[in-house]
Amino acid sequence: MYEIIVVGGGHAGCEAAYASAKKGHKTLLITSNINNIADMPCNPHIGGSAKGIVVREIDALGGIMGKIADKTHLQIKMLNSAKGPAVQSLRAQGDKVEYPKEMLKQLKSLQNLEIKEAMVEDLLVNNKKVEGIILENGEKIKSQIVILTTGTYLKADILVGNTRTRQGPHGEKPSNHLSDKLKEYGFKIIRLKTGTPQRIDRKTIDFTKLKEEPGDNKYLTFSFDLKPQYKIEEQLPCHLTYTTQETHQIIIDNLKKSSMYGALDDIEGIGPRYCPSIEDKVVRFKDKERHQLFVEPESRYYDDMYLQGFSTSMPREIQEKMVHSLPGFEKAKILKYGYAIEYDAIYPTQLNKSLETKELENLFTAGQINGTSGYEEAACQGLMAGINASLKLENKEPLILKRNEAYIGVLIDDLITKGIRDPYRLLTSRAEFRLLLRSDNADQRLRKYGYEIGLINEDQISNLKRKETEIKELLKELEIRKLKITDSVEKKFNEYSIQIPTSTMTYYQLLKRPEITMDFLENFESIPYSDEVKEQVEIYLKYEGYIKKAYKEAGKLIKLEKKQIPTDIDYDKIKNIASEARQKLKEVRPTTIAQAIRISGVNPSDISILSVYLKKEYPKYE
Amino acid sequence: MNDTICAISTSNGIGAISIVRVSGEESINIVNQIFKGKDLNKVESHTINYGHIVENGKTIDEVLVSIMKAPKTFTMEDIVEINTHGGIAPTNKVLELLLEKGCRLAEPGEFTKRAFLNGRIDLLEAEAVMDMIDSKTDTQRQMAMNQINGKTSDLINQLRDDMVQIISNINVNIDYPEYDDVEIMTNEILIPKIEKLKIKIEEILKESQNGKIIKEGINTSIIGKPNVGKSSLLNTLLEEDKAIVTDIAGTTRDIVEGQIKINGIVLNMIDTAGIRETTDKIEAIGVEKSKKIMESSDLVLLMLNNNEKISRDTKELIEMAKRKKYLLLINKIDLEKRINIEELNIESDKIIELSVINNKGIEELKNKIIEMFNINELEVKDPTYLSNTRSISILKKCLESIIDVEQGIRNNMPIDMVELDIKNIWEQLGTINGTTYEEELLDEMFSRFCLGK
Repeated sequence: MYEIIVVGGGHAGCEAAYASAKKGHKTLLITSNINNIADMPCNPHIGGSAKGIVVREIDALGGIMGKIADKTHLQIKMLNSAKGPAVQSLRAQGDKVEYPKEMLKQLKSLQNLEIKEAMVEDLLVNNKKVEGIILENGEKIKSQIVILTTGTYLKADILVGNTRTRQGPHGEKPSNHLSDKLKEYGFKIIRLKTGTPQRIDRKTIDFTKLKEEPGDNKYLTFSFDLKPQYKIEEQLPCHLTYTTQETHQIIIDNLKKSSMYGALDDIEGIGPRYCPSIEDKVVRFKDKERHQLFVEPESRYYDDMYLQGFSTSMPREIQEKMVHSLPGFEKAKILKYGYAIEYDAIYPTQLNKSLETKELENLFTAGQINGTSGYEEAACQGLMAGINASLKLENKEPLILKRNEAYIGVLIDDLITKGIRDPYRLLTSRAEFRLLLRSDNADQRLRKYGYEIGLINEDQISNLKRKETEIKELLKELEIRKLKITDSVEKKFNEYSIQIPTSTMTYYQLLKRPEITMDFLENFESIPYSDEVKEQVEIYLKYEGYIKKAYKEAGKLIKLEKKQIPTDIDYDKIKNIASEARQKLKEVRPTTIAQAIRISGVNPSDISILSVYLKKEYPKYE
Repeated sequence: MNDTICAISTSNGIGAISIVRVSGEESINIVNQIFKGKDLNKVESHTINYGHIVENGKTIDEVLVSIMKAPKTFTMEDIVEINTHGGIAPTNKVLELLLEKGCRLAEPGEFTKRAFLNGRIDLLEAEAVMDMIDSKTDTQRQMAMNQINGKTSDLINQLRDDMVQIISNINVNIDYPEYDDVEIMTNEILIPKIEKLKIKIEEILKESQNGKIIKEGINTSIIGKPNVGKSSLLNTLLEEDKAIVTDIAGTTRDIVEGQIKINGIVLNMIDTAGIRETTDKIEAIGVEKSKKIMESSDLVLLMLNNNEKISRDTKELIEMAKRKKYLLLINKIDLEKRINIEELNIESDKIIELSVINNKGIEELKNKIIEMFNINELEVKDPTYLSNTRSISILKKCLESIIDVEQGIRNNMPIDMVELDIKNIWEQLGTINGTTYEEELLDEMFSRFCLGK
């Protein structure tokens, strides 16, 4: 008898198993193949815009993705470093051999975790409660809670040209029956699709024709606890190339041979809008002369290079022609062909904010099974499912992150409130409070929660507290420190072509000016604080106006989040609500007025009517 | 929303016919119970049917009944309209019968509310229908009609379309920082676009304020020392236009003393009694009151006595008036001139000399007001614009946010910071016609830019 069973060993499953075992719960992780633990079947990145911030949030809460990435990556970069602090985000090129290896090592070191190779095909359900799982061979394993993190493995079909093969990524065995069983238990199942490009033999690429894209020249880490584990000069570069007119012609001439363009007539899956195949790009953007492609190393240990931007479901012989039409790839050898994959997922409005399903108690789901895409999206859901499953065992309230607290909160709220049309990817533009949800302040936003639930230890929390105290101290100090305008000071200003202040000003006032940085002021007097502390103070001073506005907006949201909607509400009893809104409200069953507002199809007038009804029928809720 | 509602839809009182409107699932069934003629349950949709309304076999009225079945009706529900023979008594009787048979009396605006809730009209259109019902002049009616047709929504949507292109471009730059085939939006590229946006909003705002004038009139106050001739002027103006002096429900506010119509535009004269009642001198309290009244005025008529020197208090009032549209009225020009207007340093076209007692200068004053508010033009222009206070105040907020945007650009803020204010404007504009969806933005991003793995 286990407390928690996690089904699936991908990025969601690893975080879920790690969190629940670390919190002391007897956990079983079931994977179809132990060698595929924390596998990266598609692109080799960890992080990226918005996603990099999620990795920081995972680390702040006590998850593991950031630390493993820090220890194993081939290259790391701060994206948008020339833009404002709110949109800066880390991205690393993971090592597809090292990352899974390190993850497995970490998981194996956990006392309460067992890992088992098997295929799960059904759940043990009793009276709308899950009590364990049933394996392919009929074996039953009991547990108090089950977390499904099955990724793309539910009824997975690999699509290449006119062939459809029932298998998961890497030709792995898919789960054939679990999604049908879920349907029987009352879940609405949808079919989604995604794709991956070719892997090319590094030795056969002519890199002289490609543009080099190196890692950053500055040490960076995802984790708030780790020192950099790499050497700047040992980072591996990525490269850039472009499609040609010839490539486009090949695609247009052979369009009908692509699975997605007629070679297969039974495609149901909806592909991600933000990840179109190269066929889609050429067809939809006819006027574009060329499309950008990134050539990325997958590992130090083998020669596969990932061809980002070239995802396709063309037959193999056409893929050969396509690849050879690219500059630098004339003689390239394809090691793995691109393919599309179709799989089943649960429509995510069937989940509570804790990621427990509404349909079956004690069943949690996380990752691609919930309709998302991406390793980071999966990992953060896995972590939250692991945390909330544990909290449930401990009879505690679930940890629900709000939209103004974390990208994780944005993601889960979007999923369960709005549902999805295509696989969901986090984007900066999805976060209305992105200025508050920065990469640099993830620890200040979330560590306290990690500490409360027991995934962050005393040392980690006292480090944070020290940092926060120092930030306050430095702010005070800067209000006192003044810069007298002497000849030598003037000279420095001129040297940097910065306008000289007309009178003596405090450092505090000076730093408000966009062109004056902490670094610059250290020309006059050193500021003996850590870079992290100085960074926080500088961001606060430079963007105070914007930040205050964002807090004000967030305040409005918090107020609305406090207006709870009782769980027993009967929407059929509310007169005057528009019929589309009524149907959506019944489907999503929002827990607060704030959430109700975000449901598409629910208009402001419906909200007013709902509020009036609540006031009348449930006086204590207002 | 399941109950069936009814109301007398024409204005209560005199008229050749009156219309009783019924809307809801049961409307045809209920009317059929009191109707003698064809079986209304069996007639085609959108037909007019002759017959009688009867009670216990007794004919109440000879009527025409229009049957309009859902969904192609104003409320998107079944609607029945009973055309009765005017007169309060028979119409009320019909209404009573309907209530007896299970209808509920509609609340004010409830038909419109249903149209809105059922998705027949958007928020702006719903507001327009209410305006239409309240409209008093042809221009008002025309303006309301344009809103119902969605012209104003189009205008706002066009503005938002322009903005969403800017926003999505910046967002793509943020989310796909390494894509070199997407134009990089910079503050420099942004400046002219924002300038254009500002001009457009200002244009709409200006036209909307005209719209507000057409709809609500010009709030006008006469300010001045006691005995300077304020009430005489008011009475003179009112006397000329007795027709609308009294009892204009709906548009009048408590403090409005009367209304004057100039070329079809209404001047709402704000009561200045509060000042009138104070003692000889304009005391501090008088100045304070004047200030308050001025604040809520669209037009300030500041009256001075030709026969008196200008006091310090009066100068203070003049300074305050300058923040508004104002005219300086020099009254009592039949008396000896003791006033020194030159010391005020005021443009001569703001000054009107008059003698209210002798009816001198009144026409000139009216002409000046017509000129100031472009009243003649208001009548001919295509009144497509927003006319309600809510929309106008949102537009004003948008203008304030544009100033934030400009300031951000000037201060060399990163474009993603500037974008926060732009998005704010876009969202606010959306609340004017009730459409703000995040999805809109995402769709724009993915349909316009070529992105992905």
